[in-house]
Amino acid sequence: MSGFPELTSGRRPVGVVSFAQYDNVRREDARNEVEMLMPVVSEVFGSIGITKDDVGFICSGSTDYLIGGPFSFVAALDAVGVWPPRAESHVEMDGAWALYEAWVLLQEGEIDAALVYCFGRSSMGDLGEILAVQLDPYYLAPLWPDPTSLAALQAQAMIDAGKATEADFAAVASRSRKAALANPKAQVAYDRSPEQLLAEDYEVAPLRRHALPPLTDGCAAMVLAAGDKAYEWCERPAFITGIDHRIETHSVGARDLTVSPSTTLAGKKAGVGAKQVDVAELHAPYAHQELILAEALGLDEGVTRNPSGGALAANPMMSAGLIRIGESAKAIWSGQADRAVAHATSGPCLQQNLVCVLEGV
Amino acid sequence: MSGREPVTMMDAATRLDFKFTAGVAMSKNLHGYEEGKFLGQRCPKCKKVYIPSRGSCPTDGLPTDEIVELPNTGTVTTYCVVNVPFAGQSIEIPYICGQILLDGANLSFMGLLQEIPIDEVRMGLRVEALWVPPEELGPTLASVKYFRPTGEPDADYETYKEYL
Repeated sequence: MSGFPELTSGRRPVGVVSFAQYDNVRREDARNEVEMLMPVVSEVFGSIGITKDDVGFICSGSTDYLIGGPFSFVAALDAVGVWPPRAESHVEMDGAWALYEAWVLLQEGEIDAALVYCFGRSSMGDLGEILAVQLDPYYLAPLWPDPTSLAALQAQAMIDAGKATEADFAAVASRSRKAALANPKAQVAYDRSPEQLLAEDYEVAPLRRHALPPLTDGCAAMVLAAGDKAYEWCERPAFITGIDHRIETHSVGARDLTVSPSTTLAGKKAGVGAKQVDVAELHAPYAHQELILAEALGLDEGVTRNPSGGALAANPMMSAGLIRIGESAKAIWSGQADRAVAHATSGPCLQQNLVCVLEGV
Repeated sequence: MSGREPVTMMDAATRLDFKFTAGVAMSKNLHGYEEGKFLGQRCPKCKKVYIPSRGSCPTDGLPTDEIVELPNTGTVTTYCVVNVPFAGQSIEIPYICGQILLDGANLSFMGLLQEIPIDEVRMGLRVEALWVPPEELGPTLASVKYFRPTGEPDADYETYKEYL
């Protein structure tokens, strides 16, 4: 027991005490979602010596649109085993938002621990078409714009505004994929200079292949524990000292895509700027989005960005956001960081953003 | 405005195609049908046998790795008589859709019941699977042509009341 950090959000210290993720792969052909989740849930409990009976709440994040079947989140509970009956909830969002719901419940004080998990597969359908269905149904969805084309509009807007160049995008990708070489869960990792990357052809101008996230099948799980329970299960818990999430208009055309005011606001509410940040794990599926997020959060050059490689290393839908929180927690457990900022996004061109500040004592 | 009628309706056709992954456990079950066998899986903890298994015991959350071959016989736990025609119907109505609990299984599944007059079908009816000819067997439950009565006395309600 070493005390608790000062909190910006909430009144009860809640720590990330365990985290596990699937081996991110392009296509998991053999296993179904339950079979993918089972070893991950088993690891997240097993690594701290607890079982499903030690958590008072279960919250998951996923979407049936990726799987093409109704109530896949109910079926996924088979991976946990829910007898005797358990308090459980689900969000049609990345697991980072499932964590938010669990954190709120932990604030109320009725429970001391929660399991958060999430899963998503990009391989079962045409991801570009599936993601188009989430857009404004009258003016945008009927055009079927894929996420890369929308992200390319955003990247071009940055170039037009004089905020970044294609070389800046390549520099983000080069650094991220190089950092990913040290991440055993990375799907895409390499050591190539920005100059080499700029020789690639455009996928959708001004975005080249390196600026795009991989298509990933994966899942992740996390255990949260409040107060003394956090120290019971973890030597140095990564306490959530600030957390907030904000959303921007559904209409992509009505936004200034070169900035992320929702991230800025969430970052302020979460107290990002109150103290020095050692590590930032930013959920930027497209390389240029890391630049927008770093500016929105006011991160300076002293902050280590995406040491895991970020979403450019692996981008499992519905999990890549929670994985940013997990990677940040790992940096605190190891002592590599005392204070980390994790960010998760959802929707086209960074429409929805969650910011979570983690601190170790 | 120019006095035009308001737009109250628009068409936005949406179609998404998916490739389903059966998974390791369900693949074993489906391959069983190719050989004319019912293959279930047992939970290592509660010992319940699931057919089909999705790979996990929903009660304990543990992998159901042990394969259990189940017999051709079982009990109708409940049923309904289908009288309503619907698009894509492949069986002549009326027909009986039964919930079949194979002997030794702890999960029932839906099956077609034939060779019994509709007014004689009942809960507890003992049935057996009739498989399609060997050359027609495939990785699908359609390899079972239908279930039919065995002629045994009805099963005791106590033996299947948990599975209703």
